[in-house]
Amino acid sequence: MSVQALTFIIVGLSFALYIGIAIWSRAGSTNDFYVAAGGVHPVANGMATAADWMSAASFISMAGLIAFMGYDGTVYLMGWTGGFVLLALCLAPYLRKFGKFTVPDFIGDRYYSQTARTVAVLCAIIVSFVYIAGQMRGVGVVFSRFLEVDIATGVVIGMAIVFFYTLLGGMKGITYTQVAQYCVLVFAYTVPAVFVSMQMTGQFLPQLGLGSTVADGSGEYLLERLDGLSVELGFHQYTEGLRDRLDVIAITLALMVGTAGLPHVIIRFFTVPKVRDARRSAGWALLFIAVVYTTAPAIAAFSKVNIFETLNGPELQGVPVEEAPSWVRSWERTGLIEWEDHNEDGRLFFSNDERNEMHVDRDIIVLASPEMAGLPNWVIALLAAGGVAAALSTSAGLLLVISSAVSHDLLKRNLMPGITDRRELLYARIAAGAAVGIAGYFGINPPGFVAEVVAFAFGLAAASFFPAILMGIFYKRMNSAGAVSGMLAGIVFTLSYIVYFKFINPDASTPDNWLLGISPEGIGTVGMLLNFAVALTVLRFTPDAPPEVQQMVESIRYPRGAGAASDH
Amino acid sequence: MAFESESHARAYWRDNLRLMLILLAIWAGVSYGCAILLVDVLNRFSVFGFKLGFWFAHQGSILTFIVLIFVYAWRMNRLDREYGVDEA
Repeated sequence: MSVQALTFIIVGLSFALYIGIAIWSRAGSTNDFYVAAGGVHPVANGMATAADWMSAASFISMAGLIAFMGYDGTVYLMGWTGGFVLLALCLAPYLRKFGKFTVPDFIGDRYYSQTARTVAVLCAIIVSFVYIAGQMRGVGVVFSRFLEVDIATGVVIGMAIVFFYTLLGGMKGITYTQVAQYCVLVFAYTVPAVFVSMQMTGQFLPQLGLGSTVADGSGEYLLERLDGLSVELGFHQYTEGLRDRLDVIAITLALMVGTAGLPHVIIRFFTVPKVRDARRSAGWALLFIAVVYTTAPAIAAFSKVNIFETLNGPELQGVPVEEAPSWVRSWERTGLIEWEDHNEDGRLFFSNDERNEMHVDRDIIVLASPEMAGLPNWVIALLAAGGVAAALSTSAGLLLVISSAVSHDLLKRNLMPGITDRRELLYARIAAGAAVGIAGYFGINPPGFVAEVVAFAFGLAAASFFPAILMGIFYKRMNSAGAVSGMLAGIVFTLSYIVYFKFINPDASTPDNWLLGISPEGIGTVGMLLNFAVALTVLRFTPDAPPEVQQMVESIRYPRGAGAASDH
Repeated sequence: MAFESESHARAYWRDNLRLMLILLAIWAGVSYGCAILLVDVLNRFSVFGFKLGFWFAHQGSILTFIVLIFVYAWRMNRLDREYGVDEA
């Protein structure tokens, strides 16, 4: 059967599964809709969190980024996993004990201030929207590559599916669909990696294959060969970094802290029954994420060696174009691989110096991995289903944050306090519908900067939410004036720095001009420190938080008495 | 108040903070220490085909993070029971 027919069947089956789950788990109350009535098993919640967390970008692009960055790719590997330690140790159990529906709920109540709540709502909506537009784009890309429909059609199909199960099931439907999506995406990601690892190193586990010898009898370690090839072809040594160490630290920290501060991740820990489940669930989530995140560096290294050797030949003299492997030809049509025969010798050559004749897009590292390994067509179809699952699961989680921010935090807690549960649920569904529409519009007509802004969402979350929540739990004297001014200082500083270097004056964006050599990707770390500093300074000149608030903080510090999440 | 006394409550919180800070120190030590600041030193050692610093940066740190969270959950759940503030 052709790849396209198989892809239709496998992606279609996965959609049928998601819709079936949504019908089985529809939401009847706001409690169901926002937090799945607090009844999700910690392991299931861990899986759902993992699917929520891993976006189309991690699925399609991360291994490619690592393949081209080498050691420096660690900023993503550690940055997008280390935040779960902060979340599990410093935030999740306490927020679960607090027992409300949303992050702005916590900020508003803890800092006894509508201003604080409104600032938090705005931050949550901005962060979630920039994130979701990128996801919709991811759905479109996968559809257009594998099903050969145009991107707009792909986005509309993806939107319709997400719209259906978010509206029907709310958090409950999303959670169980995400469990299914995790299974699809992890299977799709690891199967090609296992096959490639067996072929290249004889090791079953890619994580071990990465540290093994190449299975061609040379006895050479895979990473040694990769280092050697990289240097010979004018790239930097794969296992060494190029970036400034301080910048590596700043980016890693901004991503970690941003992870812990992202509303769609935090909100997942409101859905488990108990505080002790919230602690454990974070561990399960990270374990499930790590399956993909420790496989990614292996895929990166295998594919890099594979690409070097198939394009340049065993003697590094280039491969005659008529002998080039078939995947080179098939991906040339998509523009992800380009070849220009500069020296007119009819041979491909890929390097990082004047001999180079190829353009190799980093997304190909994952997308073409089944073909590079000569795997059957159903594996390619599976990969398409995995990419779609990654994009849909993340979009659904973000949509829920937007819809709860509008219906719960903005309408119920601010504008219409007397609203009934049924009306609120209706508004939540309308808000989710509107959000899908707007996100889909941006998916079809992406502003040029979307891809970059997604990365900056982390910096913004790090500079705004994380310090406010952390001090809210661990520093009971912290008052509303301190928290609000800290959040504003952090987000304004971080946003200005990013906007200046990325949009106003991009030419000046070089390490010499950066503050302490810290790139816009890492500036969230400085924003976070600024947030802490401003909050603590303002606290010195304003009265401490009132005694009843301090008492509430005491009560979220131990688990006993935690009820299901509620809006009382 | 769920605790027997004020001092009981303070002791629980102190034990919680101590555990948290120890684990966070390991978290920072592995990621910012082994994988970034000490990477050149550790890269002089090899384990199987990995330079040690590189292994921490691409594999080891992530594995450590998982262990840290499960250790925290296990110790905290035990601490809750010792102080009688666990969920029934």
